[in-house]
Amino acid sequence: MLESLLFIIMGLIVITCAIGVVFQKNPIYSAVFLIQTMVSLAVLYILLHAQFVAAVQVMVYAGAVMVLFVFVIMLLNVQRADQELGKDRLIFQKVSAIFLGLLLFAVIGIVTVRSVLQGTKGEYTPEHMNEIGNTQLVGKLLFTDYVFPFEIASILLFAAIIGAIILAKKELKE
Amino acid sequence: MEITVPPFDIKSIAPIILVTITGIVVLITDVFLKKLPKETLGYFSFLAVLITGVIISSQLGTTVYSFSNTFVVDDFSIFFNFIFLISTAIVILMSVTYLRQEGINYGEYYTLILFATVGMMLMAGGADLITIFLGLEIMSISLYVLAGFRRDRLDSNEASLKYFLLGAFSTCFLLYGIALLYGATGTTNINEIGTFITNNHAYSNPMIIMGTCLLIIGFGFKTASVPFHKWAPDVYQGAPTSVTAFMSAGPKAAAFAVFLRVFLVSLPGLETKWSVILWVMSVLTMTVGNVVAITQTNIKRMLAYSSIAHAGYVLMAIVTASSLGTASILFYLLVYVFMNLGAFAVIMVLGKKGKENLQIDDYSGLGYKHPVLAITMSIFMFSLAGIPPFAGFMGKFYIFSSAIKSGYIVLAIIGVINSVISVYYYLRVTVVMYMKQPVREFAPLSLSPFIILALIITIWGTIHLGIFPSRIIEFAQESVLLP
Amino acid sequence: MLDVILFTFIAIIKISIVFGLLLLTIAYLIWIERKVMAHMQVRLGPMRVGWHGLLQPLADGIKLLFKEDIVPYKASKVLFIMAPVIAIVPALMSFAVIPFGNKITISGYSIDMVITDINIGILFILAVTSVGVYGIILAGWSSSNKYSLLGGLRSSAQMISYELSIGLSLIGVLMITQSLSLVDIVNAQSKWWFVLFQPIGFMVYAISAVAEVNRCPFDLPEAESELVAGYHTEYSSMKFSLFFMAEYANILTVSAIAVTFFFGGWRGPFLPPVIWFLIKMFLCIFFFVWIRSTYPRFRYDQLMNFGWKFLLPVALANIIVTGLVIVLIG
Repeated sequence: MLESLLFIIMGLIVITCAIGVVFQKNPIYSAVFLIQTMVSLAVLYILLHAQFVAAVQVMVYAGAVMVLFVFVIMLLNVQRADQELGKDRLIFQKVSAIFLGLLLFAVIGIVTVRSVLQGTKGEYTPEHMNEIGNTQLVGKLLFTDYVFPFEIASILLFAAIIGAIILAKKELKE
Repeated sequence: MEITVPPFDIKSIAPIILVTITGIVVLITDVFLKKLPKETLGYFSFLAVLITGVIISSQLGTTVYSFSNTFVVDDFSIFFNFIFLISTAIVILMSVTYLRQEGINYGEYYTLILFATVGMMLMAGGADLITIFLGLEIMSISLYVLAGFRRDRLDSNEASLKYFLLGAFSTCFLLYGIALLYGATGTTNINEIGTFITNNHAYSNPMIIMGTCLLIIGFGFKTASVPFHKWAPDVYQGAPTSVTAFMSAGPKAAAFAVFLRVFLVSLPGLETKWSVILWVMSVLTMTVGNVVAITQTNIKRMLAYSSIAHAGYVLMAIVTASSLGTASILFYLLVYVFMNLGAFAVIMVLGKKGKENLQIDDYSGLGYKHPVLAITMSIFMFSLAGIPPFAGFMGKFYIFSSAIKSGYIVLAIIGVINSVISVYYYLRVTVVMYMKQPVREFAPLSLSPFIILALIITIWGTIHLGIFPSRIIEFAQESVLLP
Repeated sequence: MLDVILFTFIAIIKISIVFGLLLLTIAYLIWIERKVMAHMQVRLGPMRVGWHGLLQPLADGIKLLFKEDIVPYKASKVLFIMAPVIAIVPALMSFAVIPFGNKITISGYSIDMVITDINIGILFILAVTSVGVYGIILAGWSSSNKYSLLGGLRSSAQMISYELSIGLSLIGVLMITQSLSLVDIVNAQSKWWFVLFQPIGFMVYAISAVAEVNRCPFDLPEAESELVAGYHTEYSSMKFSLFFMAEYANILTVSAIAVTFFFGGWRGPFLPPVIWFLIKMFLCIFFFVWIRSTYPRFRYDQLMNFGWKFLLPVALANIIVTGLVIVLIG
């Protein structure tokens, strides 16, 4: 009861903030809303008994990634971007995109709510998880069942680092 | 808590390890040996790719699931790995001179190409949606960067940014689809998803259907199928030509590998549902690709639309969901690598720094000035159009016959009509080369031993597979996924 | 039902005690700093208000409360007002998981001397404090003042750089205890303090902690001679004092972590646990002040180089060595 109440409140906050990210004209305000979204999501993870993921969510997304976002926005002094583009040029696309996007979410929402979940319950119930400890469990799975995806994620990050350096830092010849 | 570390089957991922390490070694060598000509790095990468090919051929005939069933080596993935390695090897050969000429001669280029290849191999061998997703991201991120490799050129920046934004957007759909499938079935392993659906008769579970639709969007984007194709022309045009060639060959095949594996292994129970969607997509993709290609004046753009159209043919074979269809896809993708990379190699030979000669009119009179090159280009164009005796014909023949055998007569007819339409714009290149007077002076060709080797390999592939296809066809038929 | 009510009641009492004490400590921290600095420089420090200036913090507080509250004309008001709050709330929140003492029993009901013992204790602290950086960065931006902006950028860059070293330096201890709960970590130190097993981890922690709370010799964000006062140039009255309090609350947090992780937490002979905890805390704070009155300031590039090219590799090496030793011993 208390949990579902908390879920509804946090869910509303997440949605409101996410909408705020899109509709704010000032990029800094958008970023602040995005931070708020990330932090609120962490609460949802806690409700799902995933404390480790929640802490990491705050630490990595809110604490590190978004700081860099805000940093870049401040350093580049990004101003409102909408003055140059004619406002009405994309009006048709805007309207249809909003309509179709809402339709998509409605469909996904209805589908998710209506579905009878036939999936098998995993072996890690919340009770079992609290007994072992959420962090220990994540660590165990990462190093046993999911060791391969875990390791190839490092190639992904490496490729991204190389890419960032090439696109941003590499000096042009001639 | 007891932790039992699972056995690490290094042998099954040896090709991936080798290519990854080569990428890292290239990167480090580039940093520490600044005097070393970059061509050496290309040569080294080429050699490593060849060795990887040898290792892969030693894995033939086995089916090994490793790392808690997140990765699989079977003939299907091996066939695709061959496609990837061939395309990577040819692209490396093509790039060596081109990079120097364009002033983007950095060692990281080869690293990223190799990493993209790793991503593709992970996609083809992924037996878990997580592995597949990570492979797809490794490939995509490398490609985003490669597309923007000419940093001083605006169109290259545009290509990179467009590809990145739209690619990230489509990845969201893919992830959402994976999430829904996981939610409905409780597993991300593609075999287990398949067994779950059959055991529970979950054929009309709305969540699984929705997940399937979202997966189609995600994969449709990576294969540049209509209506998710809008990125392709701009990206193909703006990216460096060698990267465009690479993108049109390997990554496309990889996306189709995932498409096939996920839909034939996990979701065969829903075939009646997804085949309708793919039917429509296939028709749209073929038609839009071919019709729009007619109006193009830039040859890279034209080849972009042509590659969209070819994706349509492949989708047709996926619709049949038969082992014959799968075999025809394998064969077709291999053939496509040869003929498409060949066409791009010719484009690169004709290009100069600052003047790439990408308009189709720039080719007028080529037949008189450089007859050998004109004949080469004509071979690739004929093959792409599907004119016998070249490989493109055999590829299309197998695809259409598989469609007819599975009862998709209408689809096959639409395919044939499209194929006829495509002849127009492919032949126009030939017509321009032979029937028109040259409008300009031809600059000396940018030839080098590497690119000549690449041209020879591609011509050999295009002709050989057209005349003696039976061995490869047999191989392809052995490599289909058993349902 | 009674259990739930009792639990809530005790929790509220614990929270109010810790919170109240915390605010009081922060106020007297400033007094301690002034006094210690003064004596190190052979002065007397505050002497007039109360005995040896003991009422000085109170007087300062009243002064700040009655000052005019200025919001710059060009500032973005919402963020300007939010920033001090964002700075102080995470700083205070991290005390929720720090154990001050052993279990005590009052009329048959045993009470933990910690507000809540969660199994991700240290991650909670790291996560919460990592949000605190926004207070500074947004304060710098929303003031519409270039010195504030520069100070904000400097401090946020510094904080996220050294946050990494802090996190990594603690991992050695976590590997020994195999738990993230601070109560378990204190319990694991019943024989030996971890500073003996993890001297390098402690060194890295101590240095990064000083940098993390923007104290001398890493106090570039508020370098008076270059940046006027840094991110809080435009702030006055209570908003300014909130930043001040956040800074001192952060000092308390890092000291509490140091005590818990490396010096056995509340454990000690003869005296009650809480007293031991406070003594250890005081020594840590004394260390901070001592450094401040001893060392000159770093240059900014030195600071970044030191963080990324020295501390981070050392912390990583420490983790590898610790892992090897643990594997070899058993």
